[in-house]
Amino acid sequence: MKTIRLLALAAAAGVGATFAPQALADLTIGVSIALTGPTSALGIPTKNGIALWPKEIAGEKLNVIVLDDATDPTTAVKNTRKFINEDKVDLIVGSVATPVAAAMADVAAEGKTVQLMLSPVNLPEGKGAWSFRMPQSAAVMAIPIVEHWKKNGVKTYGFLGYADAYGEAWLKDIAPLAEKAGIKQVAVERFARTDTAVTGQALKLMSANPDAILVVASGSGAAMPHKGLVERGYPKAKIYQTHGAATMDLIRVGGADVEGSFVSSGPAVVAEKLPETNASKKLGVQYKTEFEKAYGKGSANQFGAHAFDVVIVLQKAVPIALKKGKPGTPEFRAALKEAFETMGRTPVSQGVLNWTATDHFGFLPETGVLLKVAGGDWQVVPN
Amino acid sequence: MDVSIAGILLLDGVTNGAVYGLLALAIVLVFAVTRVIFIPQGEFVAFGALTLALLQLGKVPGTIWLLLALAALAALLDVVDALRRGLPSAQLARIPLRTLVAPVLVAALTWWAAPLKLHLLVQSALTLAIVTLLGPLVYRLAYQRLADATVLVLLIVSVGVHFALTGLGLVFFGAEGFRNPSFWEARFAAGPLAITGQTIFIFVASIALIVALWLFFGRTLRGKALRATAVNRLGARLMGISTAGAGRLSFGLAAFIGALSGLLIGPTTTIFYDSGFLIGLKGFVAAIFGGLASYPAAALGALMVGILESFSSFYASAFKEVIVFTLIIPVLLWRSFQHGHDDEEE
Repeated sequence: MKTIRLLALAAAAGVGATFAPQALADLTIGVSIALTGPTSALGIPTKNGIALWPKEIAGEKLNVIVLDDATDPTTAVKNTRKFINEDKVDLIVGSVATPVAAAMADVAAEGKTVQLMLSPVNLPEGKGAWSFRMPQSAAVMAIPIVEHWKKNGVKTYGFLGYADAYGEAWLKDIAPLAEKAGIKQVAVERFARTDTAVTGQALKLMSANPDAILVVASGSGAAMPHKGLVERGYPKAKIYQTHGAATMDLIRVGGADVEGSFVSSGPAVVAEKLPETNASKKLGVQYKTEFEKAYGKGSANQFGAHAFDVVIVLQKAVPIALKKGKPGTPEFRAALKEAFETMGRTPVSQGVLNWTATDHFGFLPETGVLLKVAGGDWQVVPN
Repeated sequence: MDVSIAGILLLDGVTNGAVYGLLALAIVLVFAVTRVIFIPQGEFVAFGALTLALLQLGKVPGTIWLLLALAALAALLDVVDALRRGLPSAQLARIPLRTLVAPVLVAALTWWAAPLKLHLLVQSALTLAIVTLLGPLVYRLAYQRLADATVLVLLIVSVGVHFALTGLGLVFFGAEGFRNPSFWEARFAAGPLAITGQTIFIFVASIALIVALWLFFGRTLRGKALRATAVNRLGARLMGISTAGAGRLSFGLAAFIGALSGLLIGPTTTIFYDSGFLIGLKGFVAAIFGGLASYPAAALGALMVGILESFSSFYASAFKEVIVFTLIIPVLLWRSFQHGHDDEEE
């Protein structure tokens, strides 16, 4: 019992340390991300990216508060309320998990504070007026995959995805694109990140005999279903993965079984391999150099890139908003939202954004890049 | 669905079932001896698989720091207890030594061996040693003082231990998953079935462990003492069997079985720091089959869970877990009709 009490004390001390003193005039950003729990693999690299944020933006001193939401919507909502009511933040960033970020959207709208989501959340009509997404939607990232299918004569595809919001979003968004290209969906199977096998799903998919299989998963969780399919004899070159899987962890865990497979990705992960004409090349290379200088070679992934992109959109929007109000005031917060919606085409390291009053996803169709795993590294597939 | 698909699913189910079976045995063993419903059983699986994964990378696994910290705490508690009882100082010095020797030795050995990237089997043996030693220490620190508390209190402590160990797992191993190399890369074709060396390894290890446990409980004094404690704690105590010692031994066995299961499934799937919980929970469902008391029924339950999981992943993959965990309801109904409510008396 004594040790338990000690642990509780230590935890309380840790929480207390996050309440940093702050001056009102600074640009205050409240970040709620998952540093523990099932999506900590996404939250931890994001936190590393945030640690590299500059000291000031547009001459305003940056004051960043990072809280852990443990992948729990209730905790995230509590964090968001604290940001709005106690810290009077100018901007909320987070969370990295789809259901968690969705729960925060209502509170952000109620507090009339802009939320930059680090997850591609699909919200119902009329919700999320104050929420903008940093990652690309499944609809945008499906474009290079469907294009590649069209070019290679794929007529049918199978779907093997997470039984969660990420899997659901892909299932919903790729269907109309594929249908338009005359490609039929012949099987839909689900699994969970912590499952120990996908034998049943793989057998079912293969009995439908699709020309290609789309695996929807994230990070090193994407390797198990991939290996499961290969083990059952499905050809590697017909397996496609999504941008959630575009990290070196897929190659590290997947090994030889992911060789020759395709992954749809944002540009940042492979910035140096992109053609000069790509709008994200310069920013992507800058992100990768900075991130890998701090955290070692091969550490840069899309989650750190989203944190990097937050600074880029702020550098463009804050000067516009400053004309209408001082940070810490409701006028500034409203002006920031307006600036995001009207600032127009903005290249970031992960693609090209164009947020409008009606489109808070905003990534343009040119964003996605199709990658092929070759020799334990990424190779850009020319379109 | 044809015969070959059914065969593949069956093989897959039985393979997973073998691992669930080992965990179910451990859960039954711990409950019988200490009345602890051991939720953190799965954490030992993840610790085993991930400790080996870090050794494979030539890194020193964080589990040895946990081992040292727990051993130091346990030694401190032992000394405090001894002081309270007023033991002479000559005996006093020996008490912490007894608790510390094995953990310090294993930790030092691991620290020395980790960068050398020794053979897979040597690393596996080290992994087993590290995780097995964690078991008795967890019992000493979390449960021993509460040995006479109600089952509910012990269950609550288990939940706490589970969260603590999962959190520590995140610190030690990071959020990304690992996959271990196979112990035996061979593949055999039997009709439509492709049997991998690892599958055979799982079966052989499971059966060997069950036989070893059977011999241990049937033939050795310590094993018989454990059985006696399981049957009647007070009676065993009157016969001079230390219930605290029995508790530590059963937790050591549970940790060993957990780590071994981790080594067995590590090459067949990606293991995350939090993967153990669900795997352990399926072992728990299997243990419920035997009413947390019967080993053969638990093993049978484990095979059923494995096969049901495999077939439901084929027919309705989105509802796989729902189907597996719903299984517990008819089993509980059946058990309560059979046995009435005598379990409530403690």
